[in-house]
Amino acid sequence: MDYHSMSGQQSTAKSLPARTFHALCLAALLLVVSGCGGGESNVSLGNRTGTLHWGNGTEPQSLDPHIATGVPEHHIITSLMEGLVLKDSTTLAPIPGVAESWDVSDDGRVYTFHLRQNARWSNGDPHIAQDYVWSWWRALQPALGNLYAYMYYSINNAQEYYEGTITDFDQVGVKALDDYTLQVTLENPTPYFLQLLDHYSLFPVHQATVEKFGTADERGTRWTYEGNIVTNGPFQLLEWQINSRVVVERNPFYWDAENVGLNKIIFYPTENAVSEERMFRSGQLHYTNDVPTDKIPVYRNEGNPSLRVAPYLGSYFYRINTNVPHLQDKRVRRALAMAIDREQITEHILQAGQMPTYALTPPGTMGYYPKSDLTFDPEAAKQLLAEAGYPNGEGFPVTEILYNTNESHRKVAVAIQQMWNKYLNIEIKLLNQEWKVYLDSESAGQYTISRASWIGDYVDPNSFLDLFLCNGGNNRTGWCNAEYDRLILDVAPKMKSHEERLAVFQEAETLLLDAMPMIPIYIYTSKHLMNSSVKNHNGNLLDQTTFKELTLESDSSDSTGGNH
Amino acid sequence: MFRFAINRLLQAIPVLLVVISITFLLVHSAPGGPFSADKAVPPEVLKALEAQYKLDQPLWQQYVGYLNDVLHGDFGPSFKYPGRTVNELIASGLPATAELAFYAMLVALFIGASAGVVAATRPNTLQDYLPMSAAMLGICMPSFLLGPLLVLVFGIHLEWVPVSGWGDSAGDKILPAITLGTGYAAYIARLSRGGMLEVLSQDYIRTARAKGLPESLIIAKHALRGGLIPVIAFIGPAFAGLLGGSFVVETIFQIPGLGRFYVQAAFNRDYTMILGTTIFFATLIIVFNLLSDMLAIWLNPKLRQEARGDH
Amino acid sequence: MDRVILEKTDERGSSLWQDAWVKLRKNRLALWGLAVLVILCVVSLLTPWIAPYGYEEQDLILGATPPSAEHWLGTDIFGRDMLTRIMYGGRVSLTVGFIATGVALIIGVLWGAIAGFAGGRVDAVMMRIVDILYALPFMIFIVLLMVVFGRNIFLLFFAIGAVEWLTMARIVRGQVMALRKQEFVEAAYSLGLSQWIIIRRHIIPNTLGPVIVYTTLTIPSVMLLEAFLSFLGLGIQPPQSSWGLLISYGVETMEEFPWLLIFPGLTLSLTLFALNFLGDGLRDALDPRTSKD
Repeated sequence: MDYHSMSGQQSTAKSLPARTFHALCLAALLLVVSGCGGGESNVSLGNRTGTLHWGNGTEPQSLDPHIATGVPEHHIITSLMEGLVLKDSTTLAPIPGVAESWDVSDDGRVYTFHLRQNARWSNGDPHIAQDYVWSWWRALQPALGNLYAYMYYSINNAQEYYEGTITDFDQVGVKALDDYTLQVTLENPTPYFLQLLDHYSLFPVHQATVEKFGTADERGTRWTYEGNIVTNGPFQLLEWQINSRVVVERNPFYWDAENVGLNKIIFYPTENAVSEERMFRSGQLHYTNDVPTDKIPVYRNEGNPSLRVAPYLGSYFYRINTNVPHLQDKRVRRALAMAIDREQITEHILQAGQMPTYALTPPGTMGYYPKSDLTFDPEAAKQLLAEAGYPNGEGFPVTEILYNTNESHRKVAVAIQQMWNKYLNIEIKLLNQEWKVYLDSESAGQYTISRASWIGDYVDPNSFLDLFLCNGGNNRTGWCNAEYDRLILDVAPKMKSHEERLAVFQEAETLLLDAMPMIPIYIYTSKHLMNSSVKNHNGNLLDQTTFKELTLESDSSDSTGGNH
Repeated sequence: MFRFAINRLLQAIPVLLVVISITFLLVHSAPGGPFSADKAVPPEVLKALEAQYKLDQPLWQQYVGYLNDVLHGDFGPSFKYPGRTVNELIASGLPATAELAFYAMLVALFIGASAGVVAATRPNTLQDYLPMSAAMLGICMPSFLLGPLLVLVFGIHLEWVPVSGWGDSAGDKILPAITLGTGYAAYIARLSRGGMLEVLSQDYIRTARAKGLPESLIIAKHALRGGLIPVIAFIGPAFAGLLGGSFVVETIFQIPGLGRFYVQAAFNRDYTMILGTTIFFATLIIVFNLLSDMLAIWLNPKLRQEARGDH
Repeated sequence: MDRVILEKTDERGSSLWQDAWVKLRKNRLALWGLAVLVILCVVSLLTPWIAPYGYEEQDLILGATPPSAEHWLGTDIFGRDMLTRIMYGGRVSLTVGFIATGVALIIGVLWGAIAGFAGGRVDAVMMRIVDILYALPFMIFIVLLMVVFGRNIFLLFFAIGAVEWLTMARIVRGQVMALRKQEFVEAAYSLGLSQWIIIRRHIIPNTLGPVIVYTTLTIPSVMLLEAFLSFLGLGIQPPQSSWGLLISYGVETMEEFPWLLIFPGLTLSLTLFALNFLGDGLRDALDPRTSKD
């Protein structure tokens, strides 16, 4: 009846299935072994053929420069397209791009660009000044949904045109004087204007191609797909396989084609930094988009030259909702800011050379070094909190830190939670939300304290300080100071000299830090792994890569990095 | 059997309609819109975007419009990737996912069923404990752990297989198939052991034994059929699940499959993409559940009669 | 032959559980499993009093250290004691594992049994509802739950239970439908036994095997699902933790700090093996056909 009765037949019972099982194990083993035999790695193959394998973070949302918004898109688009001006890959100073030279009027408001006669689109069409007028007109069509339209606002009447108060584009300060001369008139002398021209939102697009696949202001036509897109940069699009790869190849019509060092670049959507690091280690990538935090000390202790860490123009801070009753008192906000041991966070948790900061703007932004009276001082913080009516943290309501789901945000929040508890004796809860929910909560003001960061669009204090304007969509703290707005919007743009302008920014930043609607925590670093065969790659503050300068050296193909 | 299948396919229509309706409501009531971003979106841009994707219409109008499109086989444009249609995105992810699912299921069935049968033939002996303990390990070993482990051992230290990719270089499909298949193998092993034990103690097996048939023949011809019924109930949804793609495995190995779309669409609030993948997934589930029910009927003569009679 | 089984199952009926306990006590592995589970539960209950450190106590300068005399299982990157964190994590994981699985078990078994037993139209409707629930986008569902009800641990049980019962229902239904056509059940019908008695005496005991097997499979997947949901922001929030979360953090650093993966992994495995052996023992003990040992 039960299986004990089977015992008499065990010997036969064993034979068939057991044999099948062993055979299957063997088959599985063979399957595994047959797959081996190595083959050449991407990196060493790429070094011979001039193909760069680039870890690019995520699948690009769009390759239309007037629609795209992210860093991964930035890499691909800058390989395909070029603006009037490029940036020096080390100093970020403007250098000639499509424009071989330019003149600036004495009042700093009128720029005249002289375009290269030999500039061509990738289909051989001549590339002329009118292309810019049309492209910039297109970028300012609201129907297109261009999130970077504000990059144009320094141009005379661009904001008015975009917002519909002016309907005639001729009034906007862009004019093609002839085929090779473009004149741009600005609203105010804008010291960082030339930098903006290297941002993809001001890149030109090929009118005939865009219009072949739809109207100019139609979002999501097929003009950017492989086989369709026509561009003006060092490379042209060869292949775009969704979630798999984007391949670009040398563009023979590029004005500087002979100085382009690579034949091909393959961009991979490497979402997971841990997987990406393994791809790098096994020679599948020349360059990674990121390095997992826990791997940084390992590479560093090995002295592995693949690790590339550089300061990055980005600030990590906590927003404080100043409408929450117990956070309305600035003494409370300052007490919280003073009770964070930033050195501990950057040194022991983040470990990638991030710099503790006590101000919003990263130091050295266009020669601007913000002064701040904020320090790590738990005793003073405690006293300040007592003055605000919470001696030894008594009676302080439970306060929540909101952050979006992410390993490093979690680590920082856990550490700060513990610091505030230890130094101020207050109870802190953590609230982790999925990205879109977090965005919703933050912009609706449904948070108490929230993790935030800001990456500069261009190297100028303005890129950071205009965050906390009263009506700024990115303020989200409820803090509003008329004097601050006046300094940023009216005073700073009118300043004649750079030093005077920086002094105004310092004044504004002091106001901000005194009220402390945000708690500065650290300044970002960019972190990548790069194979030693990649040459001429210079790190810079914006973490931008000039793809046309890169070359690959085949000798050093096997130095992917040590084993660990 | 034929009528049974037709009947079930007819039932699928209301099922799909309910799935679409509930998903539509869920998606539109989830916090965070498709266009919210880190940098504040200016109101005029938001308005232009919403108008373009018809999000400014009343919800019922959007719903009717969507149903109409779906009836014509059009899942609409993706909100996240301008210019890509949902149909196109699903079509781009399906080949890799289907291939991976097929290999993973092969791995799962071979390892799982043979381990389960081997264990069931000699219960409570070493021959039982070893494969079952391995199966248990397979269950504890989630793919987010097994994948990286396999990669470290076979990809990085032994350098036998590529650490990622799909169809890019020889052997890059092996580790993903094993990673994805192992979890299912473990389930199948346990279910088939249980099923086999159940069957092996049935009368007809006793009868067969009494007739003096060799045990291997009894197992192969008589016991397997019944013993694998629980496995078959499991395989239906499991295979549908596999075809829906595995986010974890696809991410670890950089495979351009449906799983990444499915999860990313939810994160991105890409409404049409969520709906499209859900409808696709629901259809798969219905079809595979039907197939697994039909297989169960075919394997069980008594149910076969009923299917002929009742439906 | 039918008669033999009929007599056997009939005379046993009520003493199913007593019988089972007698048989279970003879199964040494199952008893070990039971003992391990009891110890784990007791330790978890007493954790706040017996844990060597506080679970949120950090020492950033210490950082991640391998096992030592002060920290038996090492420390994590915050310098927190791993033994303490595993003990506290067990409270979450065991609660989620047992409660969510219990919820899934009750709904799944009832749903599957009713569908399978009723057959026909009722079965069709019930199983189509299962199809619908299978197909809904789970993550969107979770995000909505979180927004509508706020975060709490019971929501976590609900969310997990809501997905885990579906497969259980399918398995039970398949089993019940197969049983319904077995000779001894048909014989019981022809003898005029009431439906309830047939369900209680024949259907339930005979479906217990696969149900127990599937339950032991569900507990680990529930624990891992909890880790996934907590990671998404539903469920528990740091500095609290669970075994699943500790493992998923451990995976990230398995080359650098292997102990952060090994110890929570071992704990989870130990629990699962214990559950597995107990489950197998129970299955054998409850199997009606092994009762005349």
